Amino acid sequence: MAIYSPGLSVLSQNAALPPDWPGGYWLHWLVFVVIIMTFVLASIMGFIYFERRGIGRFQVRLGPNRTGPFGILQPVADAIKVLLKEDIVPAKGDRIVHWLAPVVAFVPVLLIFAVVPFGGGALLADLNIGILYVVAVSSVTVVGVFMAGWASNNKYSLLGAMRDVAQVVSYEIPLLLSIVGVVLLTGSLSMIKIVAAQDLPFILLQPLGFLIFFMAALAEINRTPFDLLEAESEIVAGFHTEYSGMKFAMFYLVEYAEVLAISAIITTLFLGGWRGPLLPPFVWFLIKVFGVFFFIFWIRSTIPRLRIDQVMAFAWKALLPLALLNLVVTGIEIVALPAISPWVIILINLGVLAVLVVVWSRFFKLGGGRVAV
Amino acid sequence: MAVKTELKLKTEPFVLNIGPVHPSTHGVFRMRATLDGEVLIDLEPVFGYLHRGIEKLAEGRTYTQVIPLTDRLDYLASMSNNLAYVMAVEKLAGITVPERAEYLRVIMAELQRIASHLIAVGAFLNDCGAFMTPILYMIREREKILDLLEMVSGQRLTYNYMRVGGVSQDIPGEFLPALRKFVQRMPSYIDEYDQLLAENEILLARSKGVGILPKDMAINASASGPVLRASGVKWDIRKADPYSVYDRFQFDIPTGSVGDCYDRYRVRVQEMRQSVRIIKQVMEGLPEGEVKAEVAHFLRLPVGETYAHIESPRGELGFYLVSDNSIAPYRLHIRAPSLINLTALRDMTLGWKVADVIIIFGSIDINMGEVDR
Repeated sequence: MAIYSPGLSVLSQNAALPPDWPGGYWLHWLVFVVIIMTFVLASIMGFIYFERRGIGRFQVRLGPNRTGPFGILQPVADAIKVLLKEDIVPAKGDRIVHWLAPVVAFVPVLLIFAVVPFGGGALLADLNIGILYVVAVSSVTVVGVFMAGWASNNKYSLLGAMRDVAQVVSYEIPLLLSIVGVVLLTGSLSMIKIVAAQDLPFILLQPLGFLIFFMAALAEINRTPFDLLEAESEIVAGFHTEYSGMKFAMFYLVEYAEVLAISAIITTLFLGGWRGPLLPPFVWFLIKVFGVFFFIFWIRSTIPRLRIDQVMAFAWKALLPLALLNLVVTGIEIVALPAISPWVIILINLGVLAVLVVVWSRFFKLGGGRVAV
Repeated sequence: MAVKTELKLKTEPFVLNIGPVHPSTHGVFRMRATLDGEVLIDLEPVFGYLHRGIEKLAEGRTYTQVIPLTDRLDYLASMSNNLAYVMAVEKLAGITVPERAEYLRVIMAELQRIASHLIAVGAFLNDCGAFMTPILYMIREREKILDLLEMVSGQRLTYNYMRVGGVSQDIPGEFLPALRKFVQRMPSYIDEYDQLLAENEILLARSKGVGILPKDMAINASASGPVLRASGVKWDIRKADPYSVYDRFQFDIPTGSVGDCYDRYRVRVQEMRQSVRIIKQVMEGLPEGEVKAEVAHFLRLPVGETYAHIESPRGELGFYLVSDNSIAPYRLHIRAPSLINLTALRDMTLGWKVADVIIIFGSIDINMGEVDR
């Protein structure tokens, strides 16, 4: 079924639970839950520091440099500040939903990490529907965001939340379709098997799929240029305008946890996961995650934002047809050329990518914008 | 149409107060926007939050004491305000200004134009969602201009530099070398901004064809400055009614063709290049001599009225002065270009989406200090 998966059997043995694991099944869960929580929170803090310093450099300024050496304690200072802030609920807001929203938004993002392999076999649960689980769970976050927008009883919040729902629901489709290309190559939905199949990183075998996934993912996690739901210059802070204190911090965590999760998924699906020469697996994993993250905030500090109708048009008129084409091309390759060298397929795919992107960008028009009133 | 009656889906417009405290209203401006979803169907500008009664205050001060008040009008272009006011007084009193003072005035006014346009363009790009990066690059260059203006006046924002009959003091020795260095470097900085954003696909999609102000409507609204020139009207007071020594220098008037946000942005960038060109010529021809004519301390102007106007960074800035031969103006009226350019806002924004309204508003480049006075 899968064409590029030698060595699969060796690794999938690693993926199973080690028989000599002390304490057995439940201890494994406990240990990994602790590891994931620590990893996520620690990486988010690291990312926040790194992003603030990095963006400072991009913007010809220094960035935070007062707290600790090189400002390394800045995330700690931020966290303390945010904890001490007063928690304000709008007078006519829905108190319960307002309280629940950050939790509903945050938990699904944490759940994603349950199936992310940090190393060969180092993961909480090797679900055989791993990537499907990721897509399913991650789309719950939007419910939390919409709850926040609704409960705040604020028009800016509501506008932001409506934008988010429209955007995330639309981009789910190209996102899924680009994942299907990877799944076709692997023949499995399991994250471990997807990594194991990547003797060549799938970014080479699925360049178009990678591009589509990356752009759709940027829209899913609301990063520039699709950061419409918290578009500062338009709707103040979007859905979290009315949030303060720890509840705001939860949304802040969601934002970064989503970036971390999407970096981890891109790493797993397209960049060969933990695999790499010389260095230990988790180091490779971290390096790749970090690289993707760097790329995301590089984009953030460089380009302007799209408008809501342009964002929607881009999803339905550009990404969706491209994703379908990518699927067809991948399918044909797998059925018709099963024995051919992967390098030939890489050349074909890069050619397809170049042609499609050039042609599509010629024909794709973002359409008007003005409505007669 | 049976479907429509079955659905019973009813939407109604809602009113959103954009401002007076909002990140993108450039001060305390309020737009009472009626929205149908994202689309703007009605807009009512509300201002007056920054009214300080400057025109009335001027009636109780001597002619020299009014100069600091004019600093507080358009605080991003204090030099231009100074210049327009002292020109009005000189015109009514019949004072001739020494050559060197005229040349210095032109240098300061053009430096001020660059500084003001840097903020205008940066803020416009910020409104487009280019997360702070362009504006911080532009603030870097604006700092250099502020340093130069600080050298001559001792102030960084409210210069109070021009005097009736000349300027308050001659330039210090280190000014000209510093200015020469700045003038040499500025064009390459402008190239840098253009490289980053001028042909950026997203910026084009956001600003091309958005917020078109047709030629006839621009003239009817009595718009001036870059807003008018972007609509294709070649009207610049420096050429149309030359004041000071502008008739001695070579420069072009950049105009747009369509009158959309992109044209307004481009016109400003081109004007910065032209200002650099003017400053170069002024430096070459800078004569020696007095910088201030002998003017009585308590100046009494002859009974009468006058109107003096200049091309400020935002358009035609005019001072209408009535004198009753006392030591203070009988009446001082200011034709603020920001306020008058703002009158076209409703026609430009109707039917566009919230995100467009923000950038259309940003592209007019108003300054609330001048609108409210």
